[in-house]
Amino acid sequence: MKANFVKAALGAGLLAATALAAPTAASAKTLVYCSEGSPEGFNPSLYTSGTTFDASSRQVFNRLVQFKRGTTTIVPGLATSWDVSADGTEYTFNLRKGVKFQTTDAFTPTRDFDADDVVFTFMRQWDKNHPYHAVSGGSYEYFNAMSMPDLVKDIVKVDDYTVKFVLNRPEAPFIANMAMDFASILSGEYADKMMEAGTPEDVDLNPVGTGPFQLVQYQKDAVIRYKAFPEYWEGKAAIDNLIFAITPDSTVRYQKLKAGECHVMPYPNPADLPAMEADKDVNLMSQEGLNVGYLGYNTQKEPFTNPKVRKALNMAINKAAIIEGVYQGAGSAAKNPIPPTIWSYNNDTVDDPYDPKAAKAMLAEAGFPEGFTTDIWAMPVQRPYNPNARRMAELIQADWAAIGVKAEIVSYEWGEYLERTKKGEQGTFMLGWTGDNGDPDNFLAVLLGCDAVGGSNRAQWCNEEFDNLIQQAKTTADVLERTRLYEEAQLVFKREAPWATIAHSIVFEPIRNEVVDYKIDPFGGHIFYGVDIKE
Amino acid sequence: MLGFLLRRLGDIIPTFFGVTILVFFLIRLIPGDPILMMAGERGVDAVRYAELKAQYGFDQPIIVQYFNYLLGVFQGDLGKSFVTKRPVFDEFMTLFPATVELSLMGILFAVCIGLPLGVIAAIKRGTIIDHLTMSISLTGYSMPIFWWALLLIMFFSTTLGWTPVSGRLSVFYYIEPTTGFMLIDTLLSGEKGAFTSALSHLVLPTIALGTIPMAVIARMTRSSMLEVLGEEYIRVARAKGLAPIRVVMVHALRNALIPVITVIGLQVGVLLAGAILTETIFSWPGIGKWIVEALNRRDYPTIQGGILMIAFLVMSVNLIVDLLYGVINPRIRHKR
Repeated sequence: MKANFVKAALGAGLLAATALAAPTAASAKTLVYCSEGSPEGFNPSLYTSGTTFDASSRQVFNRLVQFKRGTTTIVPGLATSWDVSADGTEYTFNLRKGVKFQTTDAFTPTRDFDADDVVFTFMRQWDKNHPYHAVSGGSYEYFNAMSMPDLVKDIVKVDDYTVKFVLNRPEAPFIANMAMDFASILSGEYADKMMEAGTPEDVDLNPVGTGPFQLVQYQKDAVIRYKAFPEYWEGKAAIDNLIFAITPDSTVRYQKLKAGECHVMPYPNPADLPAMEADKDVNLMSQEGLNVGYLGYNTQKEPFTNPKVRKALNMAINKAAIIEGVYQGAGSAAKNPIPPTIWSYNNDTVDDPYDPKAAKAMLAEAGFPEGFTTDIWAMPVQRPYNPNARRMAELIQADWAAIGVKAEIVSYEWGEYLERTKKGEQGTFMLGWTGDNGDPDNFLAVLLGCDAVGGSNRAQWCNEEFDNLIQQAKTTADVLERTRLYEEAQLVFKREAPWATIAHSIVFEPIRNEVVDYKIDPFGGHIFYGVDIKE
Repeated sequence: MLGFLLRRLGDIIPTFFGVTILVFFLIRLIPGDPILMMAGERGVDAVRYAELKAQYGFDQPIIVQYFNYLLGVFQGDLGKSFVTKRPVFDEFMTLFPATVELSLMGILFAVCIGLPLGVIAAIKRGTIIDHLTMSISLTGYSMPIFWWALLLIMFFSTTLGWTPVSGRLSVFYYIEPTTGFMLIDTLLSGEKGAFTSALSHLVLPTIALGTIPMAVIARMTRSSMLEVLGEEYIRVARAKGLAPIRVVMVHALRNALIPVITVIGLQVGVLLAGAILTETIFSWPGIGKWIVEALNRRDYPTIQGGILMIAFLVMSVNLIVDLLYGVINPRIRHKR
């Protein structure tokens, strides 16, 4: 390996150190990705950040089921097929045969992937008495956040290539959960070996997976190196080496892309977008993100208990101005609570028009001809779904003032903000959500379900009609039926207006022209299997 | 000399305790519960919250937490990062050489340029050279690092293509860290071109980081030199017919150096802690960026450990500077 890198190296001299393509083409194909930060570790079940998933689950590991690259559609992964029992509480996965684990300096697998690896992966997260549960600080936040501990009743190895998950209740989104990063399959054999050696933490630091790339070297805050895993079950990757050059500053990332020091970069600075568009070496890709930014009304607080008031305020908001001023054009107006990249997105929903006159009239109809006084809570942090909450609050404040509603802007430190909005101290508030598993339930039930009132349903909105629809959809395995139910639920949502849906941010990914077949991942990930470099 | 050393060491111990108290309690005054911070929009239920609290030891009284921490520090254990779950000391030791390497180069640049500039300005006092040097150093001093660094990158890396944009070494060299100092590691590795690559990666960060200290040193040297040049013994030396260069370099500079060395010592502290911006822009894997990231995530063990280590190092550097005074001016070591 060392020799390869040396061969690929650029020779002496200042100039040579900056060029990219020429020497790599001579021997191995190397793709350099200017990543935004260091991963927290290499076991995706222990962490929640996209940076960590990019470095671990998305290159090194596979899941039982996976998202088809560039979509939220679920396709077979390490399981070739799965059966759901009639009552929806048993999921039986038939595992793929002949799948190899990677070989590292510390570990040479003696067997192929099988049911033991699946059982190890999930028992570690689920069973508090599992020998590995407490290793590396053992807090499995995503496993917990997706309510897996309550949902799972049992995990059974039926035979070497069959695993059954027994659930406490029917839950259709379960299959989408199994495609999430935390469900990446680790090697049980490697874990046993490291436990014997007395270094169980190594499993989380020096990963061994079944994925397309294997880790070669990691230097914190500097570089991560991978090489293509030659025995990968879907076939060896088109590129031979994958390098993450960790570059935290977004403007510098762009300079590196321009100078040819990297091929792909994430999270461009919005100010650099026009220059990227004009750059002939760069292909600026874009797609709507799997997120929604919204302004929620506290529907249990006067006067927001009245849907007419909420509707009137919605009509007073000038979304186009917000998208221009806050998202700097990198956003699209939202009409539904789920983004258009998710299946069951209802295209027929009609958005509340921007019409201050009609808004004022509706407000008068609701009994507030002179308007009223309220507050707008603005998040103190920048999020993909809302790049500047303070600015957005100011714009909305001005819009509402035009129809006589005086709003004061309120802000708290982030942890405090989340706690207080949970309790319902706010009149109106800003927040958003980025999808976890591409299932509509992950937005609609989590943010608007009756069970979530006092929790993540910060609008404190519980509507029987809406809740029935989403509960029914949750227990139905038939995707067509689920789609119909969710589409209807979105219409109820729009009619009742617990939120003003503001925008879905647009994700931009600048890549160099020599990169081919790169696809933007709707989950915000960066996946390099299937990507090639033109010679 | 030994008494002097012991006296100085005696001063360090209470300072060290002071730092532990300050760091430990101050970061807990920053609003923001680390657990809620980690959970974000997803939130965490009450049971899980209590579990996590116990896991991190937040359920104990703060004073107990402090003494537990102190006990750990005395055993060389700075705790484990909440985020990476790795020992803070290990992380510090992997990143620290990068910061030291950059800081040393920065200070070297500052001294090599700043000192001669100051001396020339003092000798040519009131001339155009003096004004020019001082304007350059004032500009250097007032330049925001962030802006200056980006300008350097855009000009030297993107436009001229002379230097790499960022990083410590071209990613095509695969070198296992032995000492952690890239210049040394690349030499040891024997790989052709690696050392040059490491050196070329150092150029821009060194200039960006060294500019402000350079300006400070130049101004300090100038004023200190001017003062010394007006002394009686300099006139005597000149009257004796000594070569002007000898008067300046031997008689004047040696005495003018004392305040300058103080400033250099202080600048080392500033560089160690203040390389944050330079490290972020140049993707330099050092401790400045590491601590800022830990602050954003309320990663208490990392913030505490990192600041404590830096405080310890700054104190050590100051101790060395104090001892250096003694070498340069014997009168200082006999006082008190």
